This record gives sequence, C-alpha cells and structure tokens, in this order.
Amino acid sequence: MLKIKRVPTVVSNYQKDEASDESVGCGRNCLGACCINGARLPLYACKKLDKSGAGEKPVAFLESLVLGEWEDRFQRGLFRYDVTACETKVIPGKYGFVAQLNEGRHLKKRPTEFRVDKVLQSFDGNKFNFTKVGQEELLFQFEAGEDSEVQFFPCMPLDAENSPSVVAINVSPIEYGHVLLIPRVLDCLPQRIDHKSLLLALHMAAEAANPYFRLGYNSLGAFATINHLHFQAYYLAMPFPLEKAPSKKMVTTASGVKISELLSYPVRSLLFEGGSSMQDLSDTVSDACVCLQNNNIPFNILIADCGRQIFLMPQCYAEKQALGEVSPEVLETQVNPAVWEISGHMVLKRKEDYEGASEENAWRLLAEASLSEERFKEVNALIFEAIGCSYQGEELEGTVIGQDNPSGSVNQKSNRTHGGPITNGTASECLVLQ
Amino acid sequence: MSITQSSASLFTTTEEEKEGTFTTRYSLWIKEALDELPHSFTITDPFISGHPIVFASPGFLKMTGYSREEVIGRNGRAFQGPKTNRRSIMEIREAIREERPVQVSILNYRKSGSPFWMLFHMIPVFGNDDGRVIHFVAVQVPISGQKMRNGSGCSEMVFGSCRREVCLGSFVHQERALPVECDEQELENWEHCEASESEKLKSAEAVGSVLSVLTRYSEFAGRLVCGKRNCLRGADCLSSSLVISLGRIKQSFVLTNPCLPDMPIVYASDAFLTLTGYKRHEVLGQNCRFLSGVDTDSSVLYEMKECILKGQPCTVQILNYSNRKDKSTFWNLLHISPVRNASGKTAYFVGVQMEASCKDIESKELRPETRQLSVVGAVRVAVRSSFMVTC
Repeated sequence: MLKIKRVPTVVSNYQKDEASDESVGCGRNCLGACCINGARLPLYACKKLDKSGAGEKPVAFLESLVLGEWEDRFQRGLFRYDVTACETKVIPGKYGFVAQLNEGRHLKKRPTEFRVDKVLQSFDGNKFNFTKVGQEELLFQFEAGEDSEVQFFPCMPLDAENSPSVVAINVSPIEYGHVLLIPRVLDCLPQRIDHKSLLLALHMAAEAANPYFRLGYNSLGAFATINHLHFQAYYLAMPFPLEKAPSKKMVTTASGVKISELLSYPVRSLLFEGGSSMQDLSDTVSDACVCLQNNNIPFNILIADCGRQIFLMPQCYAEKQALGEVSPEVLETQVNPAVWEISGHMVLKRKEDYEGASEENAWRLLAEASLSEERFKEVNALIFEAIGCSYQGEELEGTVIGQDNPSGSVNQKSNRTHGGPITNGTASECLVLQ
Repeated sequence: MSITQSSASLFTTTEEEKEGTFTTRYSLWIKEALDELPHSFTITDPFISGHPIVFASPGFLKMTGYSREEVIGRNGRAFQGPKTNRRSIMEIREAIREERPVQVSILNYRKSGSPFWMLFHMIPVFGNDDGRVIHFVAVQVPISGQKMRNGSGCSEMVFGSCRREVCLGSFVHQERALPVECDEQELENWEHCEASESEKLKSAEAVGSVLSVLTRYSEFAGRLVCGKRNCLRGADCLSSSLVISLGRIKQSFVLTNPCLPDMPIVYASDAFLTLTGYKRHEVLGQNCRFLSGVDTDSSVLYEMKECILKGQPCTVQILNYSNRKDKSTFWNLLHISPVRNASGKTAYFVGVQMEASCKDIESKELRPETRQLSVVGAVRVAVRSSFMVTC
C-alpha cells in the first residue's frame, strides 16, 4: 500500500480534521436528511445542446449566475481569504506559466495520510463529503435540460428524488469564481468518472460560453482531496500553457472524435476534440477514463474551449512521492501537481518560490508527474483498445492528400459531419493524378 | 431571457455610430484612400463594445461575398465556422489580448457558406502620443493550398500558439507545386494549410500599405498613429484588451481610478451612457459627482465616501440627475466596490447602477441584486487578468 502525507485543501467551511470530530447533528443547514427539507436553490437547466455554439459572446446567463452568486458569497465573507489580493504573474518564457503567491491557501496543519495506489475507492460517509457543506456554500442546482431553451428557476426546492447536481463555492479559491460542480450530490458517488457526470461537466463548460472558464478533475491518486465526485472550475482570462502546446493527431474515432498527443509539454497528455456531438466526445473520454480507473492509473482532466477540447493527463507523481523518488527541491515547494498545476497555473505558498518562479522550475516539477515515454505508449494502447480504436503508431489513418499511391490503398476516413455528397471512394478520388 | 439586452431599448446604430471614431481619428478622404488599395483587409476598433469591424476593403467584400453593410459592426468571428481550427482562433484571440501582431493560417467561410483557407495577418495600430491601441488592422491573403504537405507525420501537426521555437523541429516546406484540386468538403478536413513564402510576403506588404495610409491620414488629422508603441500607456488609459473584456458586460457601470486626482471615471459602459444620457467624452475623466444634484441626499454621498476610504463595498440608493432629453432624475440603486489587479492591490472602483424602477423581475430572471453583483464579478475577472500580459 502506498501512501503520502499531505495537508488536504479545505474546500468547505464545514470540512474538519478527521481526528477532531464528528457528529454533525444539525441545525447546521447541511444537505443531510436532517436539514434538506425546505432547502431551496436557484436551478439552471441548460438547453439540449448538440454542438457548442460558436465563439465568445456577451456575458452569458450562466456566467452571470456564477459570478453574481460568487460575488455575493465573497462579500459575505464565506471565503478563507481574498484571492484577488494574492499577487499573481505570468512567468517569462515561451509558455507563460502563471504563478500565484498564496500563503493563506494551505493550512499550517498536520498533514494527513492519503492512499495513493488505489484510484477506485468506495465512498466513506464518515469522511467529509459534500452533503456536509452548509447550504450557504451552494450557489445553484445545475442540470442538463431536455428543452431547446435554457430554463431558470430562481428558487427551486432541492428534491432528493430528482438527484440534483449542485454548484458550490470552493472556500480556498485558486482564482476568482472557483466553484465545485457536484453531480447528483445526494447519491454520494465516489470520485470516479462516469459517462453521465462527464457529460454534465461538458454542458456546464458549453453553457458558460467562455473559453476562460475551464473545468478540471483530479482522480484519486492524482491529488483529489475528497472522495466524493466533483469537478472544479474557475475564471482565468488568459490561456493555460497546456492549451498552447502543439499537438499531433493520432487517430480519429468512428464517431469523429479526434485524439492527439501533446508535443513539447512536460506532462505527456492526450487531447480529445470534435465528435459529431458533445455526447460522442464525452463518451469517448469517459471510456478512456474508465479504462484508466480500471487499470489503477491516476489521471487529471481539463475541459477547455467551452467544452470543445478535453485534455487527459495520466500521472504518477504521488506514486513517485510515496516511493521517495521525487527530488527534494521539488518536494519542498509543496506544490502538488493536480489539474490546475499541470495546466500551468501554480499556486505557491512561499515567497521565495514565487520570487524565484521560472519556466524551468515549473517544467521540472511537472515533468516529475508525467508518465515516461514507454509507459505513456502502453497506457495509450490500453485506452485505444478501450475506445475501440486502432492505432498503429506512426501509420496514421486520416486524410492524406498528395499521396503518390494511385492504387488508393490508403483508407479515406470519412470525417464528414455535415451534409453534402459522400464520395464512396478512397483517397484517390481526391487526387489529381499527375 | 438573456440579460444581454439592457432595459432601455437598443437604439438602431447608424453607419457613423458603428464606425465609431474611425472617421474622426483620421482626416477626410481616409475611406476613399483605403478603398483604393487592392488588398483584402479589415480594420477593427477595440474600444467599441464587441470589438467590431469599422472598415472593410473592397477586396475583403469581394473575397467573402458580403456587402459593406453586412460587415461593418460585426466581429471577425462571424467569418469563422465549425471547422475553423480552434488553435488558430486562440492564437488570434491571444494576439489581440497581448496587443501584438499575429500571422496564422485559418479556415474562413464566405457568405455562401463555402470555406476557404487564408493567411490572416493582423497588427495593432498605436496612438503615437498616448501609446494605446487605436485599431487592429487585419489582412487576409487567400492560400492556394499548393503547398500541401505530403506524408503522415507532418500533416497532422497543429502548431501551438506559443513562440515558434517551441514547435517541433523544422517544418519542411514542400516546394513541389502539386496542383491539388479538392472539393470544398476536403478543405474543411485539412488540419492545416501552410502559406507559401510569397503569400506571407504579400500579407506583410499589404499590412505595410494599409499602415502607411493610416499613418499619413492620421498625421493630417493631427494625431499620429504608428505600428509600434512609442510611449507607455498613461494611467488613465485602459489597455485595449481590458476594454474588450469590459465591453462584454451589458449593464450600466463605470470604473473609476482612486489613484488619480479626484478619482475620475476611466471607463463607462454603453448602458451607463444610455441611462444617464451623457456622451462618453463628457464623462471620461470626470468624477461621478456630476450625477448628483440639488436633491441628492448628502448623507448618502458621505456614506459612499466613507466606504471608498475604507476600501469596502456598499450599496446605496441615490437620487441622480440625467442628461437625457427630459433631464429627468432617477433613483439609482448604486453598488460600489474596490477592484484589485494582478498585483493584489486596489486598482479601480467599480460602480454598478441600477435604476430603481427597473426592479420588475420576471420570474425567470436573475434577481436584480445578483445581476448587479455579476457585473462586479465580471469586472474583477477582467481587471485581474488584464495586467498579466506576457512581454
């Protein structure tokens, strides 16, 4: 059994030490059966989306809801510190890693033990989970709607029968607007990806309609703090280094999802995009995640570009840490490479780390989290098998133009998602032979 | 349902209004001079909400099949489509945000819906005296695609938007002119379409021509523009990227700068101008007190002043005097709050106005208080990130 010690991030004002205790009886306004009757929250039901809409527009409704409710809690003093008072900068360099000096985020407490060698662990009701948050920490209910229009209900009772999904504040925010999306909160799902939940997260990204609002996910073993299914999201109005990295296409699935690998990035990652519908994209990524979970490989997910791009980053930092294989300088910064760090946003607790932050340091830290070249190839093979895709390494299928092979033996992948005449042919139909 | 509509009815913009200060920034005959250039190019104004096109050359209209009226006032995104590469879109967006030039191949769509590849080359145009971005000039050079790469490895690469050095290896240009004629559906499936050296030269030349016309005509008008920033932007001047972000917020609000004498307004939204009946040039640089009048409660003003000194948010109900035709007064439910930038220190105060009579909430709308706070939140995000620009 592999374990590491770290101080868990406090995401709720009701999250207590495991040692200190217990019984949360109530009058406390939580989400347990004791308090939930009479709980009311705004409900945002997004429209039935097929493909995410085009580009940025004026501030969308969902964005106003998130920002307005967050600012309300901000002014009410529900956060442990004012994140906007934390100095932040872009580290000079090719990628533009973002560093933040945040001394208040990390508690000066005894670190707790985390088991890092099991990605799938059962939900433990005795530990802190999101049914224990105070209702004031919840901003609204969120559901994937059935209608072609967005529906908003300013004051909807929380009905356990409907298995509501909620958006809550993270009381230790990394940036302004840092929230948690908790699918089917009352179902007490453990931290693991399932198809329905990932799709819900994609819906949220699409509805927010802002490329600077991304959703992130940490599996157990990849620095998830709480074993209760949740995604995180916040606003940072600039690109993450991860989003800027060049990529090379590996394959396109039958449902049109394009899978690429990132090049020149410290953490070896896959990028999923396209698909004939959001559901196709979501399902493909979910299949990949389920495969990783079943093979006990920790990973992080970043949902970017309004849900059009999903980055999947398998990692092994915690395992290395438990085996004592991480270099001491990197360990000293106490930066855990979770999804935001891997994406290029580093929250540093010590002034000297912030002052001395450099692209090399950031690279070195993240490189520790990455799988090796061979291991990444093995993991990719597992993933491709799981999603029913064949990938023979360098022999890529795909649209090839200008191929000198008139016999047309290269298969033309029909990438078409729009109407128009489908040529039933091979690549040769597209060639003007010399 | 969408709160992008302000409560006042949206006035129909005239052609002049859509062009903003384009014609006033340059001397007479600027449009005619630009019309004479053979190139396809557009000029956009980041200081108008939505960062719209304020000038489109005949070459551009011919290439895209649109009429002038259909193009002026629209954002450049209107010409992108579902198969436009997301990375290219991001590269352009980031170049705008960082106020720097960019040259990228991108798939666009004509009015007919047919796709075409072009080399998009954009530069910022700076005011010589104040160092701020006045316009962006974007040149479009259609790419023939004769330089399609061949073979598997290269054709699937998408260049990231980080500096060129990071991209993998050296990209080998295929000089063989394979006359590839693919139907349009194929164009959309191309991962990338590299421009030839001559196409790149063409774009640089076009950019140069447009810039020299703008420079000449700005000089005649007395306020020179240039291709390089010649002085640091003043403290009372917001970066174009901050202005673009703020332009997304449709409610009435202002930003004031507490570090400047008498805490002047440095930004006013269009909705603020509609609500108060003032023009932008009348309010920028002024303290907000011009909205108060004889019957405005001075204790409320005092309360506001106290909160500002303490750096605390507050909400007050204050009687304001408009400059609308009827010179009416209105009750303003005003919320003010300090806003910090990336340094962590207070850089501005935001004031969000809500006309008290407009508290009619449809049951399906955000509560007015939430909507008001959402403006504060959106401003916080914009201000915090606007200083974090890579050099």
